Amino acid sequence: MSKRFAIGAAAAALLLGSTALAGAQETGATIGMQLEPPNLDPTAGAAAAIDEVVYANVFEGLTRFAADGTIVPALAREWSISDDGLTYTFTLADDVTFHDGSAFDAEDVVFSLTRAMAEESTNAQKVLFEDIASVEAIDPATVEVTLSEPNGSFLFNMAWGDAVIVAEESAGSNATNPVGTGPFRFENWVQGDSVTLARSDTYWGEPPALETVTFKFIADPTAAFAAMMAGDIDAFPNFPAPENLVQFEADPRFAVIIGSTEGETVLGINNSKAPFDDVRVREAIAHAIDRQALIDGALFGYGTPIGSHFAPHHPAYLDLTEQSNYDPERSRTLLEEAGLSDGISVTLKLPPPSYARRGGEIVASQLREVGINAEIVTLEWAQWLEQVFTNADFDLTIVSHTEPLDINIYARDDYYFRYQSDQFKAIMAELDETSDEAARNEILKRAQQQIADDYVNAFLFQLPKTGVADARLKGLWENAPTQANDMTGVYWEE
Amino acid sequence: MLRYLARRLLVLALTMVAASIVIFLLMSVVPGDPAQFMMGMNADPAALAALRAELGLDRPLLVRYLEWVGGLVIGDFGQSYTYRVSVSQLILDRIGLSLPLAFLALLLSVVIAIPAALFAAQRHNKAGDISVMGLSQIGIAVPNFWFAMLLVLLFSVTLRWFSAGGFPGWDAGFVPAMKALTLPAIALALPQASILARVLRSALLDTLGEDYIRTARAKGLSRGQALRRHAFRNALIPVLTIIGLQFSFLLAGAIIIENVFFLPGLGRLVFQGITQRDLIVVQSVVILLVFAVTLVTFLVDIAYAFIDPRLRRGTV
Repeated sequence: MSKRFAIGAAAAALLLGSTALAGAQETGATIGMQLEPPNLDPTAGAAAAIDEVVYANVFEGLTRFAADGTIVPALAREWSISDDGLTYTFTLADDVTFHDGSAFDAEDVVFSLTRAMAEESTNAQKVLFEDIASVEAIDPATVEVTLSEPNGSFLFNMAWGDAVIVAEESAGSNATNPVGTGPFRFENWVQGDSVTLARSDTYWGEPPALETVTFKFIADPTAAFAAMMAGDIDAFPNFPAPENLVQFEADPRFAVIIGSTEGETVLGINNSKAPFDDVRVREAIAHAIDRQALIDGALFGYGTPIGSHFAPHHPAYLDLTEQSNYDPERSRTLLEEAGLSDGISVTLKLPPPSYARRGGEIVASQLREVGINAEIVTLEWAQWLEQVFTNADFDLTIVSHTEPLDINIYARDDYYFRYQSDQFKAIMAELDETSDEAARNEILKRAQQQIADDYVNAFLFQLPKTGVADARLKGLWENAPTQANDMTGVYWEE
Repeated sequence: MLRYLARRLLVLALTMVAASIVIFLLMSVVPGDPAQFMMGMNADPAALAALRAELGLDRPLLVRYLEWVGGLVIGDFGQSYTYRVSVSQLILDRIGLSLPLAFLALLLSVVIAIPAALFAAQRHNKAGDISVMGLSQIGIAVPNFWFAMLLVLLFSVTLRWFSAGGFPGWDAGFVPAMKALTLPAIALALPQASILARVLRSALLDTLGEDYIRTARAKGLSRGQALRRHAFRNALIPVLTIIGLQFSFLLAGAIIIENVFFLPGLGRLVFQGITQRDLIVVQSVVILLVFAVTLVTFLVDIAYAFIDPRLRRGTV
């Protein structure tokens, strides 16, 4: 009898052993992400999930985004800018090595930037590098970048994940075995399950508190909830089910972290297509939408209404929500003036994210109130990119523009909403030539005003960052100035 | 027997050729461009064109088809567009999960179904039979993803005996890997066991009416002995068919359960491949699954011939 009991107890101990160990870990953290990165090379792909694993952890650029969105030095410790705004001289950090042991110097910077701007480059953000005329290594610790025209956003551009510095020897294999200069080195990727990073012993800067970071990929919102509740995951910085946040808030084991992102979510309008080429029709759409009701319904109350294509937390933000206030009466009048008093039928093409699918239903019903019959068409991302984004074969769509400070897309004639304005382009040209912060902010305000006046799109809300974490895990980013999970400042509270 | 085998093999080969053409054509008419998907909304047209050339997407359809099939024959599945690793490696990793999971689930369902069916058949129309049949009806009716969520709720969230999901890989050791597969296997096995138990029970009841059973009973065997010794073997043919079908289903169709337990299996690889337009991965996995299904069917056909000698003599 006692023998049988002993065997049973041993089996139970074996079964429970690994769970008990996982609960006691204090030196590592497991971070949940909804999407798995397709590869781990941020210079060769647009997927946000790539940066969410490697940005600031494995790879570093000349500059970087800090948690508050400001641009701070990274591999470039300091820099000077010539008076004409064309030449940037960067002084690089000392004693930096890549994770494979090779030394980092000015030649690596020259290689990385030249590679990104080359003819055959497959960098998804190639425009970041388009006004670089030349990159030169003055000495091993100094790099000089010459621009073809002044660009006040150059330091900002160099902070993107797409502009990180890679080594020539490892550039070709970064997709599966990333080698960078950051505080964590790549350890292991169980495809379909997780990526593990380990603290680098040779990091040039201040070493991080965590010894290991594991990013675990859980696509299904219900499974994400269960994994948090079961303690398998320590933090889920972009939790996919906002409806469950209330439950986490009530539980002292967890902390709910609500911040903002760079995601301006718009009801995109095809400006090149009748009747939307008439500004009155676009204005009518803008006034037909009750933004707060939309946020409450689609995002469970998290999210900030916007009235132009600009993030509310940016210092240059201009509150233009009143200009697109909810006024169905005015919408009907405008449609009447445009000769559409009988109402119109349009299509509303929605990509997969829940803000678009849930938001789309609400937007469609609000539009119906003013006589615009929107037929909902749901699309996969690949279809959306082809039909809406590339071919502009749509009337209305809902999408979040997640790149930081991306108002300049309104200066591109062939961008999917097909807005063409010489005035706006002039404002952007002026912005490029200005590097003084205060002057730039004034110009950015004029840009916001211009697209709000033209009602290019119906601006809906700034996408929130809704995260959940173990209450003892501190130092996670609250906001998302770029799509990243910077683990350098994360630690367990005693 | 040899002619039977040869004919079965020819059917297998023709099925594969036809399937490869259909799959390739379907993939090439799917809307959406893999390069565009990878490069996102800010992509520069020149960079897009460069990537398309790098992936070989700019070449004619026939060239791409022949290259793919040529590779398949020698076991080279090509390179994944998005993961940038060889497709064979990707599939091999996933099979390392899907195959053991399918076997485990099948084993569980057989282990549950056979005793349950024998138990029910012996008590035909009595309380035992009715309750087994009632339970199996519930087993079929309950959606397995919902059952899986209940399992997670009980064993992971409340009792904390198992992780809520994920798969540490076989490198992490046998016990952690098997532990990760336990709940998913149970969730997968439940409906399969229910189906199997019902099929086996009715097959047993059919054979119980046969003359040879009456003879066996007349020789003095009890009902249970006759059932186990004589009826069981003869009832196996329909059961084998079902097991063959179930195995194919478990290998490819576990995707919903894989999602609930966030397991990196073949089903999710296909699903991810479709959303990311990693078409080379999708077509390779699908052709592999077609191969697995036809192979299982082939093996089941052969097994029939062993169980029932009548099938061997060319009346197929």
